[in-house]
Amino acid sequence: MPSTPTVSETASPAEKTGQAAAPGLMRVNSRRIAGAVAALALLAVVLTASLLLGSREVNPMSIIEALTGQGSTPDHAAIIDFRAPRTLAGLLVGIALGISGALIQALTRNPLADPGILGVNSGAAFAVVMGVAFFGAREMGEFVFYSFAGALMAVSVVYFLGSRGRSGGTPIKLTLAGIAFGAVLSGITQGFILLDESTFNAMRFWGAGSLAATPGDALGWLSGCVAAGVVISLLVSRSLNATSLGDDQAAAMGASLGRTRVLVVIAVTLLCGAATAAAGPIGFIGLMVPHVARWITGPDQRWILLYTILLAPSLLVGADIVGRLVIRPDELQVGIVTAFIGAPVLIWLVRRKSASTL
Amino acid sequence: MKRENTLMLTDLAEDPATQEGRRDSPAPVPPAEIPKIDFGERVWRLRVGAHGPSIVIRARPALTGAAAVLAIAALAVAGMSMGSFVLSPSEVLQALLGQGTAKTELVVISWRLPRVLMAIVIGGALGISGAIFQSLTRNPLGSPDIIGFNVGAYTGALVSMLLLGGGFVSTTIGSFAGGLVTAAVVYLLAFKRGIQGFRLIIVGIGISAMLGSINTWLIIKADLHLAMMAAIWGSGTLNTAGWERAVPLLLIAVLMVPALMLLSRPLQGLEMGDDAAAAQGISTEPAKLWLLVIGVCLTAICTAAAGPIAFVALAAPQIARRMTGSGRVSMLSAGVFGALLLLASDLIAQHALAPVQMPVGVVTVSLGGMYLVWLLFREAKRS
Repeated sequence: MPSTPTVSETASPAEKTGQAAAPGLMRVNSRRIAGAVAALALLAVVLTASLLLGSREVNPMSIIEALTGQGSTPDHAAIIDFRAPRTLAGLLVGIALGISGALIQALTRNPLADPGILGVNSGAAFAVVMGVAFFGAREMGEFVFYSFAGALMAVSVVYFLGSRGRSGGTPIKLTLAGIAFGAVLSGITQGFILLDESTFNAMRFWGAGSLAATPGDALGWLSGCVAAGVVISLLVSRSLNATSLGDDQAAAMGASLGRTRVLVVIAVTLLCGAATAAAGPIGFIGLMVPHVARWITGPDQRWILLYTILLAPSLLVGADIVGRLVIRPDELQVGIVTAFIGAPVLIWLVRRKSASTL
Repeated sequence: MKRENTLMLTDLAEDPATQEGRRDSPAPVPPAEIPKIDFGERVWRLRVGAHGPSIVIRARPALTGAAAVLAIAALAVAGMSMGSFVLSPSEVLQALLGQGTAKTELVVISWRLPRVLMAIVIGGALGISGAIFQSLTRNPLGSPDIIGFNVGAYTGALVSMLLLGGGFVSTTIGSFAGGLVTAAVVYLLAFKRGIQGFRLIIVGIGISAMLGSINTWLIIKADLHLAMMAAIWGSGTLNTAGWERAVPLLLIAVLMVPALMLLSRPLQGLEMGDDAAAAQGISTEPAKLWLLVIGVCLTAICTAAAGPIAFVALAAPQIARRMTGSGRVSMLSAGVFGALLLLASDLIAQHALAPVQMPVGVVTVSLGGMYLVWLLFREAKRS
């Protein structure tokens, strides 16, 4: 955990006044540790289940054989060629979506914010449609390139728009800029989709969000982007604790608002751009998991990030398994399942707690 | 054209004689009897009789509203003259008055008039429902979309189109039912000792997401051609406009006018907060429920007629608020600017890429988004 002594010293008065979000030393207590261990165990169970379950029933022992490179039965081939890459993609995409959601919610101080707010999804969809309509892209592997470029473009424009003016990139301006620019992009995208039947056909599958379509060679750069994003998010987690107290307080505590914002935007672009490129737009993971994490851990961003890293992939991979099983031998795209798991949880949360503490 | 009109109206405001002529009562009121109240802006006072009830009309909203109405009229004539068969404005007017040739009357009255009327009525209804929802949620981003209405209506229509293979009538019923059921479910889930704007928004987002994923699934599984037809409807289009759709729409719209007039005062009260509204003698929860019902019905008839057209309900009240220089969102001005917005968007959708006709929803999304972007630029400059 990166720490600079100056920040924790300036933070200690706030901690005395009972500010739960004060960036002091990371409070370690048995409940949080036990929760983290349980979350880690859950993740391990879900990942194993993802290798085990599917339209083809495999013997649990063959997982070990397949992963250690022994055996060459169809079971082993199914695990190595399909389920292992898919599970790995689910792990990486889940981490990416969850963390980017947590970062954006902390940065914009908006509990409703999710990666879609910064225009990532609309930017990616826009670029993919342009690729399909003008450059004849048809393969998932080609979509990846366009989607990443589009996400990068959208986040840059949204950040530029949202940070104009003297006060810089305030939360509300970033949110509005994201919604507005996202709407423009999605309008144009929709127009292009509806003009041409083959573009429409290519996009209706990509738009559902699926881990099954992630090309195996995407896993390399996907893991690179996720690793970089995780490192940046750990670096800024301490300053995010300060920004959650409001811009003035954060500045008084010595947190560099401008640097924090830029780093968060870079991390979100990396994480969310890579996730969308690999799996298409998948909703709700980034919106919901940080809420659940905050509900368990309290407002310290570092604990929220840790729990999110463990819970988000569990949820995504779990949703993917459900999608494989419910309408066997057909499959339900994971983006469809996450909405059905995420929405009831969100509604339950908002009914259970008063809105201000969400 | 627009400048000319503004000039005319300004003259009217400055000339006491003309202003006198606008009063309901011909009897002039001696100036001494009217207490002078400083409204902080120019107002006109309309009074019935010497001591009768009076209403105050604020000058700027009235003038911008009148200008918007004139712009709607101009765009309507333009809309009826453009197309593959080009007519001059005077030919259009003659046809409307029943003095045109058989051919121009066919083009104007049978083909183009219903579309223009539908754009005006749907735009107006969406603007009004936007004003209602933004006041209820006290959030400028509040719009019928947030209570899951659009998505629910789309689900209903998709089920009818793709699973039941229905035509226009069953699609209309499907979208109507889908929208109303969704709105009811969202309302019930958000209800907990009253309705609170933020909770309504979150529940709306949740239900929308679930329905949205059902819609995606239906589109994926459907036959390509049918799925594309459904998607065009789903982005909101007036390409299928005709009298058989316009007549029921107009009838329902007229029927809703009295309800809107009754609810206008509770709406303005609620905008200042529940407590302030209660202090004015408004019973807040029934008022909220009725406003919600009317707002949902307005959106429902629009969606049934033309599909879920995005962004008009969101942008129209905000544009109206800024154009009229008014702090609050009024239903009337939101309706007028909604009509203007949709009519203009539909002209663009029809003619920008001619002969290809785009769904008008694509244009409203792009225009509405650009308007929001522009707004951000302006506010950023100010701060």
